Amino acid sequence: MTSTETITYDLDADGIALLTIDLPGQSMNVINQQLQTDMSALIGKLASDDAIKGAVITSGKASGFMAGADLKGMNFSGGGDSGGGPDKSKMATIFDAVFALNKMLRDLETCGKPVACAINGLALGGGLEVALACHYRVVADHPKIALGLPEVMVGLMPGAGGTQRLPRLMGVQPALMYLIQGKNMSPQEALGFGVVHEVAPADQIVAKAKAWVKANPAGGVQPWDQKKFKFPGGPASAMNPGFAQTFIGGTAMTIKQTSGNMNGPFAILSSVYEGTQLPMDTALRIESKYFAKLVADPQAGNMIRSLFVSKQAAEKGARRPEGIAPMKTQKLGMLGAGMMGAGIAMVSARAGMDVVLLDRTMEAAEKGKNYTSDKLGKRMSADKVQPILDRIHPTTDFADLAGCDFIIEAVFEDRDIKRETTEKVEAVIGADVIFGSNTSTLPITGLAKAHSKPENFIGVHFFSPVEKMPLVEIIVGEKTGPEAIAKALDYVAQIRKTPIVVNDSRGFYTSRCFGIYVQEGTTLLGEGVNPALIENAGKHMGMPVGPLAVSDEVSIELGYKVMQQTKKDMGDAYKSGAADTVVEKMMDEGRHGRKNGKGYYDYEEGGRGKVLWPGLREAFPAKDGAVDPQVEEVQERLKFRQLVECARCFEEGVLTTPEDGDLGAIFGWGFMPFTGGPFSHMDTLGLEHVVRVLDRLAQEHGERFAVPQMLRDMAEKGESFYGNAARKRAA
Amino acid sequence: MTEAYIYDAVRTPRGKGKPNGALHEITPVQLAAQVLEALRDRTNVDTADIDDVVLGCVSPVGEQGGDIARTAVMVADYAQTTAGVQVNRFCASGLEATNMAAAKVMSGEAMMAIGGGVESMSRVPMGSDGAAWATDPAVNFHSYFAPQGVSADLIATKYGFSRDDADAYAVESQKRAAAAWEKGYFKGSVVPVKDVIGEVVLDHDEHMRPGTDMQSLGGLNPSFEGIGTQMPGYDDVVLQKYPELEKINHVHHGGNSSGIVDGAAGILLGTKEMGEKYGLKPRARIRAMASIGSEPTIMLTGPEFVTRKALDRAGMDVNDIDIYELNEAFASVVLRYMQALNIDHGKLNVNGGAIAMGHPLGATGAMILGTVLDELERTGKGTALANLCVGAGMGTATIIERV
Repeated sequence: MTSTETITYDLDADGIALLTIDLPGQSMNVINQQLQTDMSALIGKLASDDAIKGAVITSGKASGFMAGADLKGMNFSGGGDSGGGPDKSKMATIFDAVFALNKMLRDLETCGKPVACAINGLALGGGLEVALACHYRVVADHPKIALGLPEVMVGLMPGAGGTQRLPRLMGVQPALMYLIQGKNMSPQEALGFGVVHEVAPADQIVAKAKAWVKANPAGGVQPWDQKKFKFPGGPASAMNPGFAQTFIGGTAMTIKQTSGNMNGPFAILSSVYEGTQLPMDTALRIESKYFAKLVADPQAGNMIRSLFVSKQAAEKGARRPEGIAPMKTQKLGMLGAGMMGAGIAMVSARAGMDVVLLDRTMEAAEKGKNYTSDKLGKRMSADKVQPILDRIHPTTDFADLAGCDFIIEAVFEDRDIKRETTEKVEAVIGADVIFGSNTSTLPITGLAKAHSKPENFIGVHFFSPVEKMPLVEIIVGEKTGPEAIAKALDYVAQIRKTPIVVNDSRGFYTSRCFGIYVQEGTTLLGEGVNPALIENAGKHMGMPVGPLAVSDEVSIELGYKVMQQTKKDMGDAYKSGAADTVVEKMMDEGRHGRKNGKGYYDYEEGGRGKVLWPGLREAFPAKDGAVDPQVEEVQERLKFRQLVECARCFEEGVLTTPEDGDLGAIFGWGFMPFTGGPFSHMDTLGLEHVVRVLDRLAQEHGERFAVPQMLRDMAEKGESFYGNAARKRAA
Repeated sequence: MTEAYIYDAVRTPRGKGKPNGALHEITPVQLAAQVLEALRDRTNVDTADIDDVVLGCVSPVGEQGGDIARTAVMVADYAQTTAGVQVNRFCASGLEATNMAAAKVMSGEAMMAIGGGVESMSRVPMGSDGAAWATDPAVNFHSYFAPQGVSADLIATKYGFSRDDADAYAVESQKRAAAAWEKGYFKGSVVPVKDVIGEVVLDHDEHMRPGTDMQSLGGLNPSFEGIGTQMPGYDDVVLQKYPELEKINHVHHGGNSSGIVDGAAGILLGTKEMGEKYGLKPRARIRAMASIGSEPTIMLTGPEFVTRKALDRAGMDVNDIDIYELNEAFASVVLRYMQALNIDHGKLNVNGGAIAMGHPLGATGAMILGTVLDELERTGKGTALANLCVGAGMGTATIIERV
């Protein structure tokens, strides 16, 4: 037997087989069905062929050793399935599939011959798990090589022995830290933890691995299969107080960090708790059972689809118009050096672009540039910051914009100022350079009127703080052309952020739906509901912060101004709500939000502490005899109010794909990431259920919950957002 | 049904549950055996007539493991026909053991039985027996486990008791316990503990701090703030169940929570006929017994519910009870109980409680039942209810009536 499709086989004079994993046509090795088939065959040969004394496993990819399982190729149950906990009939099937992988790696580590792994680059998820099933690991000496089990980040858990072998190598407590947080380690860290045995220069790892195999003919027994095995950090036994304490504290911390909403970390905790107390063969079965239970629940599939598949696709240009050559930005004209402009300048300069940073005064422009030195200076050495700073050119002169091939405007949110700015820019560089506006609320179609070629005008909506927030919302105005979209998406790819593409409307997608969460929270307050209950309801259902805290952060005053502007724009069509009364009352009380130290919360001076303003209940008393609603009722309103607004955005054509809707919600305003986003969530709940709840809420609380006709039609036909999208793509 | 009568009740003094505590050198089985010996010697009962000994013990491992009740029966040289069984209802174990012993008498299983309990907290630390409830992540997550101290602070927050309220209660507990000791109210029931050469090592409750005042308590830091607000962050766990609260007010500390101590107690129960056989006057009859479960995260509000249930079983009203005894696990537990049932502090824990004298987990239930019986007799009153808050949201109560 020689090489297989995915693994090349080479037996040397010492009888050591070199197995080089090299998936054809892929830039990175991943565990797929073919690799499993090939590996099983080679493990069989390794065990039975007396000519083979041992083996070294390595990778033929320069990109690294191996990433995890092929998530795109995995068929999980999420998205479109109706919800309601794990599906039992599916669990046994998943168990069989995932246990086959565990069994294969167990066969490898018990084949009786020494097997070493030469890790030439990143080994993540299933990649690291293959390495952990070898008896000896040599990793290339490069600090940027990432070793880890990040499955939890996309709603999964390690399923190829990671929850069992990592604790047996590094001890239960440290292993849990890495498993639950999905944190990577460097080669040196891994060496310190005993996760790898040797760190060597990249060109020597195979030789070192072979040398170990040659020197250790009896090395084919894992530590945990030896009688003398002792768990690092103390026995894995519920009778060991240290072990018990790790899980008591670990579970509480996980409840705190996830509000109990994420299945993955709890499956990991249980797999480690139960599995480490068992012999390896049984332990691996336990892991596979928890894995099966985890992925049978729609949560895992929803998280993988949005947080991994859709995210990567968006970043690789899923929404980029076809047939347009790459339009990389070389020199960016950044108009406005305030907090947003300064942040955009920083991430652009870091990505290698030259940035002309323009503001009304030189002082303001310089201050914008200083933002970069302040932020980066804290984390990077001066010689690395300097070239980035050198690319930022502060100015007050529009003439300096000459040569820019992309413009982003982030001046004051005022139509007149924006129009004037647009005209001044066009006067210098002409109408052919794509012009992006970082407005968060003003409709793009209207702003584009100031430009003589509105097809070159587009919305590029960033989130604050720019350097931390991963999303950019691209807004297509009525007349925006495909080249503008391509240009904006290529720019977003350069700064390594995740784009969504939406159509024009007041507040676009993210600002509009994000505001809804705040508005419903404020409405509840206006009804006299206990503010602590409102805040906890939001946090516990999986929003990053409570609605009132959000309002304080963005400032109540800003909300008030937007409200006044909207009233003015809409005239008689504007419907005043309970939230408006609350905002007006807060303004009357001089409570403008965090920036003046008092809003819905009182803020400790200089400190981070805050407590709800004790006057809130008096200012917004419960109606006579009214008792607080159950937390579930509050959560239902906070959640379904967002869902219905998202559905409306879809009906109105603001959104054209559910993927944009889900990514925008999760990365734009932190919508319950474990659901995979509002559209995944509606699909999982079942649209018929969503409509039923909304009809009830509309009756109890008003028109803002009214079901969009499109949603009602979809529910009646038994359709789903993702199901329809897939049909549309197939057509 | 047969009536169950109390013929005697004794307890050891409570030693500080630390290596420098007077009872640290005494093994737990000795503590239990000396209680059994005292019951036998004070009543002159032929132990062959005692069918069973039921002892509560909350950490029944190591030298408290292996059925410490039967072990103590052997050590105390009871008739070898006397059986022994150890039970665990966490903090109410001693009262549960008494209720079970009474039930054995009532059902006709036993003519005489002893209920009681033992805990040497200095020798077998709390938590030594582990618990799937806390340790197994699946169980822990399912029930939103939090340690009792955090639950007690949750009670204080939810029902509006301040640090001063809790401290004032603690000061009063110390004052009452000191007065009761001074006036000798406990002397009829406290059996000094002796060592291997027969010398008395302890004859009084060692944990008390009679001089305690608001000022001395004021200097103590809250005990559960660290695990609540920082690592691992139990406040966020309990707020998941109590989202109406903004944050937890951590009011409890060593001075307004029950003390960690060593001790044992026992109550001799029997039929009317058995009393007549030995010429023993029944001191009280068991009027009603009850146990309940309630929400496990707040955990310690069970006394309200178990009291209502026991009163209901007895066909009684809150006002029909002359004296209440509720274990002072934490100040907020008692404050909430008085608030919920509208019970005057003048009728409750009249001689102090576990904040002053300590809470030897497995034994306390039997101790407070004996204490309240002594008080009924001293004051010539008729009915009493003893109860305890219990881990995981339970509660256990007993109503007795003098005859």
